[in-house]
Amino acid sequence: MIANLDALLEASVRTATPLALAALGETVVERAGVINIGLEGIILAGAFGALVGASAGAVGGIAAGVLAGVATAAVFAAFALGARADQIIVGTAVTLLATGITGTVYRTAYGATGAALTIPTVAPLPIPVLSDIPLVGRALFAQPAFTYAAYLLVPALWWFLYRTHMGLALRAVGEAPEAARTVGIRERRLRLGAVLFGGMLGGASGASLVLAQSGTFAEGMSAGRGFIAIAIVVLGRWHPVGVGLAAVLFGVASALQFFFQAMGWQLPYQLFLLLPYALTLVLLGVRRGRGAAPAALGQA
Amino acid sequence: MSRIHRAGWSSVALPLAVLSLSLVLLAGVLHLAGYDAERALVALWRGSFGSTHAFASATLVRATPLLLAGLGVALAFRAGIWNIGAEGQLLAGAAAATGVSVLLADMPRLLLVPMVLAAGVLAGTLWASIAEGLRRRRGVLEVISTIMLNFVALHLVGVLVHGPLQEPLGIYPQSAPIVDAARLPRIVPGTRLHAGFAIALLVAPALWWWLRSTAAGFRLRAVGANPDAATIAGRIDAARVAGLAFLVGGGLAGLAGAVEVSGVTFALYESLSPGYGYTAIVVALLGRLDPLAIVPSAILFGALESGALAMQRDAGIPSVVVTAIEAVLVLAVVLADRWAASRRLPNDSGGGPPDAAREAPKVTPSPTPSIA
Repeated sequence: MIANLDALLEASVRTATPLALAALGETVVERAGVINIGLEGIILAGAFGALVGASAGAVGGIAAGVLAGVATAAVFAAFALGARADQIIVGTAVTLLATGITGTVYRTAYGATGAALTIPTVAPLPIPVLSDIPLVGRALFAQPAFTYAAYLLVPALWWFLYRTHMGLALRAVGEAPEAARTVGIRERRLRLGAVLFGGMLGGASGASLVLAQSGTFAEGMSAGRGFIAIAIVVLGRWHPVGVGLAAVLFGVASALQFFFQAMGWQLPYQLFLLLPYALTLVLLGVRRGRGAAPAALGQA
Repeated sequence: MSRIHRAGWSSVALPLAVLSLSLVLLAGVLHLAGYDAERALVALWRGSFGSTHAFASATLVRATPLLLAGLGVALAFRAGIWNIGAEGQLLAGAAAATGVSVLLADMPRLLLVPMVLAAGVLAGTLWASIAEGLRRRRGVLEVISTIMLNFVALHLVGVLVHGPLQEPLGIYPQSAPIVDAARLPRIVPGTRLHAGFAIALLVAPALWWWLRSTAAGFRLRAVGANPDAATIAGRIDAARVAGLAFLVGGGLAGLAGAVEVSGVTFALYESLSPGYGYTAIVVALLGRLDPLAIVPSAILFGALESGALAMQRDAGIPSVVVTAIEAVLVLAVVLADRWAASRRLPNDSGGGPPDAAREAPKVTPSPTPSIA
């Protein structure tokens, strides 16, 4: 039982990591008043970038993943911010674009199955002392570097959003762009910066899927994580701490399937697959979301 | 949303121009990637419009769910509702249609087929009503809830075909084939084209007429153009009208699922829809949310996707490349729209209020988030 619980916790944190990275990036994006549902495509591009870059080692994989994420976010920015086109439509198109391009290039370069294609995953980095804490130590502190990056991002983003001038300006843009403009805030530049930052973290999220989890790429391997990350931002009420916690909650809901399997429960596994999505819906319904949303969210 | 909807010649000419451009782009990219571009385009043509059989059995069959679901998406979009959930609504419709076919297998065709289709409509409506309820009562963004519901629907179908609806032998993750009496008749002998296409072809002009000529249709258009103005000047319950459009749209997507089961697959399984509900969004957008223009738009995408499969067979080009083309089409249409809007703006001589007026900044200061 204890061993199972330990495994559950470990799996929760592992599952939560890519979600947290993507959702924290999207938090900044949405705080600037932009909703980017192209995040799904950004994660996918990041995963594919990591696959390509991994031939130059893990660092190359991360760099290429982040770069691919930023490039995909730049496409979104060009249309949604540059041309002021509708953000939902552009986001949908960006996801389709990433799906089409990564799928086509992958099959062209690696064949239809790509079965032989495995790349070494980055090993967990146990943190001395902390990883020896009973019960939670290994689950929290014997994870790959991506997880620690997510840990550090939570306080860093909190500090940025609530303790810096730029963070204040960013939130002002998300709440009242007109008012922000009148006091000399460069609205478009901030939004662009936010979207590219979101692309960076989305790319890192995709890279973590390849480099820290599966060790390979599969078509459409983002598997809805970008959409889940956007729901996590709402659940976490657009606040880094809340978003971090919501990501963990989602990780637990996803990891429960391993737990129940280990406990020998006989239930169709599809029930567990749908649990996280159903839970998100229930939680969104229980918590009133819109009150905390940036007032100018989604407006061109 | 109203910015996307522009009737007139451009709703036919622009998509055609954009499509030609995308095909040229596709040929260029394929050539650069080392494929035989000419062979690819020939295969694309052969698999879509090249023969009566390809056109009826592949293109039009594939266009049918796209048309129905696309109309559903367009209806919601016209009312300002971001229904990204056509995929889930379609799957709900397919599941319900299969369930009714199994439960009422002994009924005569004349009764069973209508009931199967009605079950699809009902299930799609119910599935959309979850998101609508969350939106109306709890303020949950429908973009997010509908996407979540897509995944829930997909996995629920998985539960069904591994459990209650699994075929009697219990080997394959799919339902037993539905009885003959639950199947839609074929309408062109020697092809796979079924009556579902005819139904979809009837729904489109009906919806067009309804939007254009009825009071309810007018209210919907008013709400989509400007919900505040519709509420104040027209005393319209904007939330109610938008909700109704959402539900009816869900019903149409559900019908698409039922038609797919009853006309094509004859069984329920998890991969029943190759993303019809998502392509339907593109179909609706390229049809400029105009029910009549969505007909050629759906046929176009039916052709593109059928042709892509032929391209994969004959020229070894991954069919997923059409997904990228779809994206380019959407982005190009969006860009052309913005361009047209910016050109119209300076000397707008009365075709409705200029865009800037519609996008007038809100003067009321918004409250700071409670957490901040």
